[in-house]
Amino acid sequence: MTALLETGGLSAFYGDFQALFGIDLSLEPGDCMAIIGANGAGKTTLMRAIAGTVVRRTGQVSLSQRDIGGLAADQVAALGVAMVPEGRKLFPSLNVEENLLIGATVAQKGPWALAGIYDLFPVLREKRHAPATSLSGGQQQMVAIGRALMGNPRLLLCDEISLGLAPIVIKDIYAALPKIRAAGASVIVVEQDIGQALKVADHVHCMMEGRITLSGRPADLARDAIHDAYFGTVSAGTGHAVH
Amino acid sequence: MLFIDTLVQGVLLGGLYALFAAGLSLVFGIMRLVNLAHGDLIVLAAYLMLLVVTVLGVSPFVALLICAPAMFALGWVLQRFVLNRVLGEDVLPPLLVTFGLSVVIQNSLLETASADSRRLPAGDLVNASLPLGPVNVGVMPLATFLSAVAVIMALQWIFFRTALGRRFRAVSDDPVTAGLMGIRPKSIFALATGIAMIVVTIAALYLGIRSNFDPAIGPARLIYAFEAVIIGGLGSIWGTLAGGIIIGVAQTFGAAVNPEWQILSGHLVFILVLLLRPRGLFPRAYD
Amino acid sequence: MQGYVKTATRASRPFVLLLALVVIALALAPLWASRNTLQDLFFILTMLSLAQFWNLLAGYGGLVSIGQQAFVGLGAYAMFGAVILLGIGPIQAILLGGIAALALAIPTAFFAFRLQGAYFAVGTWVVAEVVRLCVSMWQAVGGGSGTSLPRDARDGLIGLDQIMALFSVRGAEARDIILYWLALCVTVATVLGLYAFLRTRSGLALSAVRDNIAAARSVGVRAEGMRWRVFLIAAFGTGIIGALIFLQNGRISPDAAFSVTDWTAFVFFIVIIGGIGTIEGPIIGVLVLFALQSAFAQFGAWYLVMLGLLAIGVTLFAPKGLWGLISARTGLSLFPVRRRLILSDPSEDKP
Repeated sequence: MTALLETGGLSAFYGDFQALFGIDLSLEPGDCMAIIGANGAGKTTLMRAIAGTVVRRTGQVSLSQRDIGGLAADQVAALGVAMVPEGRKLFPSLNVEENLLIGATVAQKGPWALAGIYDLFPVLREKRHAPATSLSGGQQQMVAIGRALMGNPRLLLCDEISLGLAPIVIKDIYAALPKIRAAGASVIVVEQDIGQALKVADHVHCMMEGRITLSGRPADLARDAIHDAYFGTVSAGTGHAVH
Repeated sequence: MLFIDTLVQGVLLGGLYALFAAGLSLVFGIMRLVNLAHGDLIVLAAYLMLLVVTVLGVSPFVALLICAPAMFALGWVLQRFVLNRVLGEDVLPPLLVTFGLSVVIQNSLLETASADSRRLPAGDLVNASLPLGPVNVGVMPLATFLSAVAVIMALQWIFFRTALGRRFRAVSDDPVTAGLMGIRPKSIFALATGIAMIVVTIAALYLGIRSNFDPAIGPARLIYAFEAVIIGGLGSIWGTLAGGIIIGVAQTFGAAVNPEWQILSGHLVFILVLLLRPRGLFPRAYD
Repeated sequence: MQGYVKTATRASRPFVLLLALVVIALALAPLWASRNTLQDLFFILTMLSLAQFWNLLAGYGGLVSIGQQAFVGLGAYAMFGAVILLGIGPIQAILLGGIAALALAIPTAFFAFRLQGAYFAVGTWVVAEVVRLCVSMWQAVGGGSGTSLPRDARDGLIGLDQIMALFSVRGAEARDIILYWLALCVTVATVLGLYAFLRTRSGLALSAVRDNIAAARSVGVRAEGMRWRVFLIAAFGTGIIGALIFLQNGRISPDAAFSVTDWTAFVFFIVIIGGIGTIEGPIIGVLVLFALQSAFAQFGAWYLVMLGLLAIGVTLFAPKGLWGLISARTGLSLFPVRRRLILSDPSEDKP
């Protein structure tokens, strides 16, 4: 089986500052990958480098073996990559339904349409004529996910979708993930919450300072090793992390 | 009586200024760009229509149908190949480029069409008037005003009721995220400027029929348009109509007192409004 | 580790010598130049000063004004008014021109600073139109059709007799010499004053703001006082130059004194083509403009079309102008503003 997404030696820069250093990743169709790491580890930059919103990048990015490294964000989107951006980034001039519809601008054929999104997040149906930014944080996150799904993406990038939300709301949102995967999308979630990431993902990659420091299946990864990779500490032989 | 007559004439004149301003308002609302060549583009469109009228011998209204697509194309090309390159954080480059463009258009027209005053021929329509309640109003001023209302309703409809309008608003809010949705902001900008140029052509039709024009009058039209946009509130299309009417009424009342004061009183009212309401009369809630 | 702050560059030392020689040569121009050349030099010098003030506004202060003709025109009209109505000597009246422009700048700034970016630009233009329309109604100085400077005022210029005797020339030529010297003084004062101002603490802050828009925003509150200072300085200087130009013209009309093309478009072309946000840029720009004008002025409006296209091209493809291209190639900086920290630690002291 060929990988859906592959990166090879992917680096990214903001001006003179290098934020990513040679990232190698591979995502099989249907899989869910989690990228974990602390603030500033380069997770969001990695999402942007895949989606094409980073201006300067080097190395390879390919989608189903097609090189997308040189494409602009709108061209990447047209190939079926959708992003739920960090901070949701809903359009304040658009109401809920218009925000969802704008997600269908370059829609592929697929299972997701307005009705499907409203079934997935019933609360949005009631609020569909409300300005998007008048909703609560969790509801806004649902709009952002719905907006991305409206394009029927092959690959869904979720950047920090639990950030700043109450645990109960996070649970509701993550409850949608299995349905999204069942409908056919492969998913990459970026998380700071290690526990949440281990629960949903088939593969976990831990990032620190723009590099991948640890990779593996959740079951194969020891908590201490993740902790070390996350915070950059060196573990002692006994398994205690040194702070 | 005189008061009501002056008021009505002022409101109708405001329709012309709203037409000048609607394109400017649309472009500003979507890409925060002030095109200093806007007035000169209106004059250019008037000359283009004069050319079509002269060569084909058609009425200016038919010329409008021919010139509007041409002006759309011009706007699209201008945005796509020139203005898109200078959009960004820095306000200076777009000002420099559009000011340069203003000088280029004015002087090109001066060389090709001479400095003589011209007018679009519209036969008896120009002097026709009809009684409207207690006052007589000219057919052309009334048509101008109704066209302004129609143009603004059409823009409003595009903006809030169509998929294109949704994209306009999304790109205006956040071009980077719009890109993630598969929208190319620069293509949207090119379409918006194209549409603004259609409005410019409609404005040029009434400008050219109602009064004489020459290559040098563009900057003054830009100023009236700009005043209407600011008074109405940045990005509010109906506000632009209100702004145009305020400038028009101020000018006719100024002229009623002393013809020399017509233009001046429009400017003074603009300054006064801005001192009292810095964000205009109908500002957007967020920006 | 010790160090000191240095602003001079390698090129700037010989340049100071060269600059001094050029100024001396220009000061002696009445000895070597024909009357036509003197008038050309007057044009170059006054346009250079206007350009430097607009450069200070737009290039350093981020205040893109297209209403500077308000200050040119009002400065000129105040001078004419003072001469005609109050009988003040024309040269003393030039100072009044600057003061009148300054007085106009205060309410203008109060109004225009409410507008951001592009709206500021058109706002200043509206103010210029208001002033033009008001002046057009001022019948004592000729209303809409304008007026000429009274003959006895022109002949009563300070030092006229001495110059006539010294150079053994007629009155008109002597007048050109006096006004040329005034223009030279104003220009040298403008360039050196601007340079000195940019090297002060607040001037350096301006350069930093120009180089970094994000920084400009973060210091926004403090920048308010800075904007006032820059705007008032530019208005005063522009008013002085306006008065000087129309003293040389001897005739004034609202259309000429408040011309957007002459006092804003040309100035804008000089600064853009030469290089905005540098002192060197406008100097190069004004020489280029003069050369183009000499070569192509007979093409009339096509000449302006060409200038407009050139300015658009420069903005798109070489936003730092001709001087930017030169200094990027050579590393030259003739008016070094940035302070460089020279470290005297031996380990750091490598070439």
